[in-house]
Amino acid sequence: MAIKERMSGNEAVAFAIKQVNPDVMPAFPITPSTELPQFVSNYVANGKIDTEFIPVESEHSSMSAAMGASAAGARALTATSSCGLALMWEMLYVAASSRLPIALALVNRGLTGPLNINCEHSDSMGARDSGWLQVYAENNQEAYDNFIMAYRVAEHKDVRLPIMTCMDGFITSHAVENITLIEDDLVKKFVGEYEPEHYLLNEEEPMAVGPYAVSNYCMEAKRAQAQGMMNAKQVFLDVAKEFEQISGRKYGLFEEYKLDDAEYAVVGIGSAMGTAKDAIDALRAKGIKAGLLKVRVFRPFPGEEMAAALAGCKAIAIMDRCESYSGNGGPLGAELTSALYRAKSKAEIINVVYGLSGRDVKVEDFENLYGELADIAVNGVKDTQYRYLGLRE
Amino acid sequence: MRELIEIRWHGRGGQGAKTAALLLADVAFNIGKHVQGFPEYGPERMGAPITAYNRISDNEIRVHSNIYDPDFVVVVDETLLEIVDVTNGLKEDGAILVNTSKPKEEIIPHLKGYKGKLYTIDARKVSMEALGKYFPNMPMLAAIVKISEVMDTDRFMDEMEASLKHKFAKKPEVLEGNMKALWMALEEVK
Repeated sequence: MAIKERMSGNEAVAFAIKQVNPDVMPAFPITPSTELPQFVSNYVANGKIDTEFIPVESEHSSMSAAMGASAAGARALTATSSCGLALMWEMLYVAASSRLPIALALVNRGLTGPLNINCEHSDSMGARDSGWLQVYAENNQEAYDNFIMAYRVAEHKDVRLPIMTCMDGFITSHAVENITLIEDDLVKKFVGEYEPEHYLLNEEEPMAVGPYAVSNYCMEAKRAQAQGMMNAKQVFLDVAKEFEQISGRKYGLFEEYKLDDAEYAVVGIGSAMGTAKDAIDALRAKGIKAGLLKVRVFRPFPGEEMAAALAGCKAIAIMDRCESYSGNGGPLGAELTSALYRAKSKAEIINVVYGLSGRDVKVEDFENLYGELADIAVNGVKDTQYRYLGLRE
Repeated sequence: MRELIEIRWHGRGGQGAKTAALLLADVAFNIGKHVQGFPEYGPERMGAPITAYNRISDNEIRVHSNIYDPDFVVVVDETLLEIVDVTNGLKEDGAILVNTSKPKEEIIPHLKGYKGKLYTIDARKVSMEALGKYFPNMPMLAAIVKISEVMDTDRFMDEMEASLKHKFAKKPEVLEGNMKALWMALEEVK
């Protein structure tokens, strides 16, 4: 029987880590993810798990140590936020190109500056082209579920890529909410033992990890890595299907909420999408056909699938909790707009930057946004296509 | 109980407002409610004004914004009345609870014309008498449970006893003091 509990997002992911019991966790603390290494080191100290916890001196070192452990053949993970992820930058690319299925529990927080500790997706979005799989959560339940599914996708022989499981800093990581947990033995059976095909500690097969590749071979290596990313789409779906059998919870590459017959759609990522659902219910009660597409898997990017799901919409607001300083909108806006263009979408599209540095977003903000979409559907996009929500004037 | 109860806590860093909000979420969860308990984070330090929130509902809670139109407001530190707009958005059919030793007439002028109910409790007196130290959050927690009718107060006391027993298994004297603070607060709030 499923276990009804209440816990914060950080507690939930730490509990998932405990159930998975990975081999090695090097970590360096940073708000708001600090509780993750804190809780896990408690589990270790109390003998609940036999994970090797390594308190390192920086995030550059935590990712390096995770890579060393993973290359040796261990199941490795770390956790971080914001500037901590930025300090891992060099290593992120090496982990992905070395095809090391490391898990990184990321608690989203904006990158400095101005210095701020609150939620924004600029940290993980900055790493979107580093070759890592990325999966996002709306709440503590999804953060927990995503972590339990993480290694199954990352370690799959058709994928073999590191995975970032992301949740919103404070809003999800520090809020206590209801959650349904899965029994230890079911989780253990679902995740299984890690059996790497190639690893450094295998004396039968001497090998090098991360050597220089001459131009004659380097491009092929990169193309092979891209194939792993493309293959991950199907693996995410297959793993989710299996996960449904032990949890009763259904996951896809994205979630559609009242999108079937929607004329106006919001597309976005993370905790604010729960708030959008309440706005949709209120609008539907008034006969307004509002719907939501919530992105779960951002890498690989399910552009074609999302464009197909949005095919019936007249006006779409693509939401970015991130300013990419391109002068042309945010990352989700740019990528989804291009996918919609390729799908020959006729919808009017706006790209909305919101929630930077923890700026709150309310039900009425979404209600107003849907009102704007209804106007745009009739009169077209009047002002700039790329705009801000909740900005003080 | 209302279908959804929203509570906003105003306190100062170190007074335990966040802990009280999380404890309320705990006990409400234990009686089968859907709950949220969360603080609003900034550059926290001892003594700085902080805000924490609770949503308690019979249905799944999906909203992840702060609370702007609360049913109830708890003011853990009365000096905040002068610097924070504590009644902002507070529903008129709700109530505000203030920790003070003053009579209500002296508090009303600070409430910006709020027409709902005002409750007061001297949490300092309760805490000093029950615990010998000033921890206002436990009395405030008991008082808001009584006022909001979020749950039956007997059930609340049972849940709190079980939870504190677990938490302070090695310090029975802390358990006793806290239980006394809760009992006294249920009596003293007016």
